[in-house]
Amino acid sequence: MLEKSKSLAQTSSDTLVEMHNAGISRGGRWLVRGVDLSVRRGEIVTLIGPNGSGKSTTARTAIGILQPSEGHVHRASTLRVGYVPQKVALDWTLPLSVERLMTLTAPAGRQEIRTALEAAGVGHLAERQVAALSGGEFQRALLARAMLRKPDLLVLDEPVQGVDFTGEVALYELIRDIRDRTGCGILMISHDLHIVMADTDTVICLNGHVCCRGEPQSVMDSPEYRKLFGTRAAESLALYRHHHDHTHLPDGRVRHADGTITEHCHKDDGHHHHDHHAEAEAPVKGSSDAR
Amino acid sequence: MLDDFFIRALVAGIGLALVTGPLGCFVVWRRMAYFGDTMAHSALLGVALSLVMEINLMVGVFLVAALASLALIFLERRRALSTDALLGILSHSTLALGLVMVAFMTWVRVDLMGFLFGDILAVSKADIAVIYAGGAAVTALLVWLWRPLLAATVNPDIAQAEGLKPERSRLVFMLLMAAVIAIAMKLVGILLITALLIIPAATARRFASGPEVMAVLAALIGAFSVVGGLTASLQFDTPSGPSIVVAALVLFLLSLTPSPVAKGEAPSTETKP
Repeated sequence: MLEKSKSLAQTSSDTLVEMHNAGISRGGRWLVRGVDLSVRRGEIVTLIGPNGSGKSTTARTAIGILQPSEGHVHRASTLRVGYVPQKVALDWTLPLSVERLMTLTAPAGRQEIRTALEAAGVGHLAERQVAALSGGEFQRALLARAMLRKPDLLVLDEPVQGVDFTGEVALYELIRDIRDRTGCGILMISHDLHIVMADTDTVICLNGHVCCRGEPQSVMDSPEYRKLFGTRAAESLALYRHHHDHTHLPDGRVRHADGTITEHCHKDDGHHHHDHHAEAEAPVKGSSDAR
Repeated sequence: MLDDFFIRALVAGIGLALVTGPLGCFVVWRRMAYFGDTMAHSALLGVALSLVMEINLMVGVFLVAALASLALIFLERRRALSTDALLGILSHSTLALGLVMVAFMTWVRVDLMGFLFGDILAVSKADIAVIYAGGAAVTALLVWLWRPLLAATVNPDIAQAEGLKPERSRLVFMLLMAAVIAIAMKLVGILLITALLIIPAATARRFASGPEVMAVLAALIGAFSVVGGLTASLQFDTPSGPSIVVAALVLFLLSLTPSPVAKGEAPSTETKP
């Protein structure tokens, strides 16, 4: 909760995007609800959470690909976004070289393109067809394309998927370097529930709503992890320890720390007594507190 | 020079092919072949309605084809049926409606075969003017729309996030398709328009290293098909529209033969040992 008051206090011109109690429903089902988040210039915010927890939906709503069904999303007026989606399915009938991919949404000079590709470690692949790239190479090319735009806000949906461990560490170093050099804000989705990029300022754990948020703990602080990952990796990775006060049941309901069960996990549902309690007829099986 | 009917047909056909080539590339990339077919089939309904309402045929066809594409977007959004099934329904029901309406109109003599298969040899100088003016407008709009449309084709989310308005690109693209169908109907007929969009583009894929190269190649291959098809139709006294499509098919088949100089990457259907 400390993070929240901090972000509210600092609502300034530095804020790139802000979501207030945003919820997105599709086909009568809430994909994610009650999201509060903000990304400021120079800040790295990482979203974590299990599959289907609404990470991508939240990020896509933040940059205007989806419209919120409730709540508000506010973006800085001249916000320049660089976006790396989780998956890009390219039809093979479309011939596209890596170099041409770089100027997909905006023109760029040859030298800039070279520099961006070199920085992402795929300078040697400029002439290669995108369809012939491996998953990790494609990911780097997409990152190079996004940073080439010199964005105010870089949104990375699982940027290290398909990248091996050393590559992951190198990519995190690159992302940190982009932030340090350009001062852009970064909204990142991590594929890992516990390990995030070390320079992350705020971790937000989603599971249909914001379960918890906070700062990650450096792996450097933890000798056993430092031993596991090696020194260089330990500088790029951080741990996020979860302390959830509630459990998601398989039927979508939520059991809170005080034992009450609610339909949704709005922040206050566990504390103030709600109509739904009377309907919580079936006894809850104990096998569901896997998390 | 334009006094000769064969020269007029060549000039008109080449003018059309130069437009359908680049537009057809997007049809192939966006997997909209059946969609294009549906819009083309709705053209006959446009013909029938133009005759009833006594408006210009090309305007009527353009409006109905555009409406058919809008109807499809609307139905798609409602998620009532799969796009595939919706296309099947819309494609054949608009064609059938058009045929039925034309049959009712006993007071006008309708050259049904002319509408279905085109009559490029009957092209007038005024038609050529329309083809080149319309073609130039469509090409200019396509060039203007090129970057956002290509970005939306690669990934609509990236296009949206980076401010390129993919929905607007899509809408303008549909209107361009409707315009080309209206222009092309008289030349190759509504049943064969999609062939001129798709076959040259598919042929160009093999030799293209980038999207722009593919668009230019498709235009040239289409123009070459027109020349070849019309020459063959004169030689063998075959119907002109279908002959052009057959010529395009021959070029496509030739493009499939493995070349000794393996240039660029192989299509995914070819497996290397």
